[in-house]
Amino acid sequence: MSNAAIAEKRPSTLRGASLPRWSPWAIAAGSAAVAVAIGAGAGLTKVQWGLIAGLLFLIATYAIAATVEGRRQAKDRIATGLVWVAFLVALVPLISLVWVTVVRGVKVLDVYFLTHSMGLVADSQPGGGIYHAIIGSLEQVGLATIIAAPIGVLTAIYLVEYGRGRLAQAVTFFVDVMTGVPSIVAGLFILSLMLIFDMEPFGFAGSLALAILMMPVVVRSTEEMLKLVPNELREASLALGVPKWRTILKVVLPTSIGGITTGIMLAIARIAGETAPVLLLVFGNRFINNNPFSGPQQSLPLYVYQQYAAGNDYAYDRAWAASLALIAFVMILNLVARAIARWKAPKTGR
Amino acid sequence: MDTTQITDAPPPTPQPTPAEQKRNARGATRPGDRIFLGLSRGSGILLLVIMAAIAVFLTYRASLALSKNHGNFLTTFEWNTNVTPPSFGIAVLAYGTVISSIIAMVLAVPVAVAIALFLTHYAPRRLAGPIAYVVDLLAAVPSIVYGLWGALILVPHMTGLFGWLNDFFGWTGVFSWDQGAPRSLLTVGILLAVMILPIITNVSREVFRQVPQMHEEAALALGATRWEVIRMAVLPFGRSGVISASMLGLGRALGETMAVATVLSPDFLIHGSLLNPGGGTFAQNIASKFSEATEFGRDALIASGLVLFVITLLVNGAARMIIARRKEYSGANA
Repeated sequence: MSNAAIAEKRPSTLRGASLPRWSPWAIAAGSAAVAVAIGAGAGLTKVQWGLIAGLLFLIATYAIAATVEGRRQAKDRIATGLVWVAFLVALVPLISLVWVTVVRGVKVLDVYFLTHSMGLVADSQPGGGIYHAIIGSLEQVGLATIIAAPIGVLTAIYLVEYGRGRLAQAVTFFVDVMTGVPSIVAGLFILSLMLIFDMEPFGFAGSLALAILMMPVVVRSTEEMLKLVPNELREASLALGVPKWRTILKVVLPTSIGGITTGIMLAIARIAGETAPVLLLVFGNRFINNNPFSGPQQSLPLYVYQQYAAGNDYAYDRAWAASLALIAFVMILNLVARAIARWKAPKTGR
Repeated sequence: MDTTQITDAPPPTPQPTPAEQKRNARGATRPGDRIFLGLSRGSGILLLVIMAAIAVFLTYRASLALSKNHGNFLTTFEWNTNVTPPSFGIAVLAYGTVISSIIAMVLAVPVAVAIALFLTHYAPRRLAGPIAYVVDLLAAVPSIVYGLWGALILVPHMTGLFGWLNDFFGWTGVFSWDQGAPRSLLTVGILLAVMILPIITNVSREVFRQVPQMHEEAALALGATRWEVIRMAVLPFGRSGVISASMLGLGRALGETMAVATVLSPDFLIHGSLLNPGGGTFAQNIASKFSEATEFGRDALIASGLVLFVITLLVNGAARMIIARRKEYSGANA
């Protein structure tokens, strides 16, 4: 008899009573049902249904778990519930953003839209397109990349391969700080130069501001990639009598080229969506201007802003479509960059 | 610093460490090395020069505007740069910038930390990977798209919340609402929260992922529940990382231009209520006043941009210092 008693007691001393695995789902379903009943009865909105359901779920979980499992387990379950609720709540705006952009963007996004400018269309009329904006964006971002990518990569090489002492510390710190410079401040900086030299807005001025925003991002990512290159490779090359600069060019850079490319592409994706500096420096243009060195240009993000500001349904449609094109461009850059990163991931030492 | 100390020290012949000496000698003799070192060091110096130039030129243009300002730059409640004598001040902008950023932080940081915990500790493995990937991508969505979404989708959906806040908390004055369009600082704060959520989540997730497995397993072995593991092992380890992630988000919120410019309907008053439209932020004011500004008006906007520049420098510098201090600690843990 005593044996039987021990056998019965043993599991309960090692493991306290616990709720079955399906209990959270059951409680969730129960509280949702009650919330719908209350909401439908009192004529509340769906948001309020959701709030009531969430509150009920947390209270019921705590009460049931506290009676069956004890206070500590109950707290654990509350935390789990809160984390899930926070996640689901945060999903709502983010999904809505993507969903609305896609649904409203596809309305006017077609080949015509991609191949025509706004030259012959007023903001209040249907039609028109983003060809001039695509041209402007590509040229401005391309020029910014031509400036920022070499400077950024060289700076990262300096920091990783040569950097010792005060100068390297200062560069590291200011690269960090520069990452946080608001885009509009970079725009104002170029604007102050333009005011001094009495210049009119043109595409390349925007490129300069974008380059300032791009440099620190490139430096940061390239630095991380160069640090991943195993030292044995450098040492092997140097031991063969190869000069340091050739070691860097022929051994270090090829090893990390995939990661560096990824970093540069992510930086391009970041600056392609910048509106503020373009607004100040490039000004916007309804017509196609292929020359970034003279006269105002258009760019995709600025086009979205100006179409929004026009404030009628046709313009809103164009704004959504241009947003969709912009997001698609940024996302493709991101996806390709990540694919390259995975494909060319540096083989670290075994 | 160490090498200079060594070279200054008395011992006569082989002063720097042999490796160091050899490298220096090599670097000096080969022209290719000298050119390459010069190029890369030059790029680093160029970055410093650009930062210095930003400060110098903004200050120069700002001083041109400030010398003619008849109002007090810090306390004037108006922005009249096209009249004589001109009078403009940043009081309203500073208030709006700080308030909207605070709202964004209060809303975004707890949720971002929860999502980061969800991705590292709660979500099923198969779900966590793709979600983290999507959050990464969302961090790259351009701010103008957030602005467009905020103005056309979020604003109409705010009336319900505003009415509710007004009904139950209107008596505080902070949440009273006159039924105007909900293009107020609170809406801006909510939109900024949505914007910086992916950024804070990303950085926090990286930090939580670096928590030593041993710490967590030790806590579990002592019988801690999952929440206790998080509270005792994960959060203390990740605290400074989360703080710096939040500061990065704050820097982003402070300098955000387009999302604020599209959502807010600005004026130059400080309103007691967060729900009534009005107010403004530094970046928004620059974007919306720019097109009609004369050269003097642009200088005045540059002056306000300089203030924004200094604020973001301070915030980012603080974040970096926290990260740097954390690096020292984590070195001991590794």
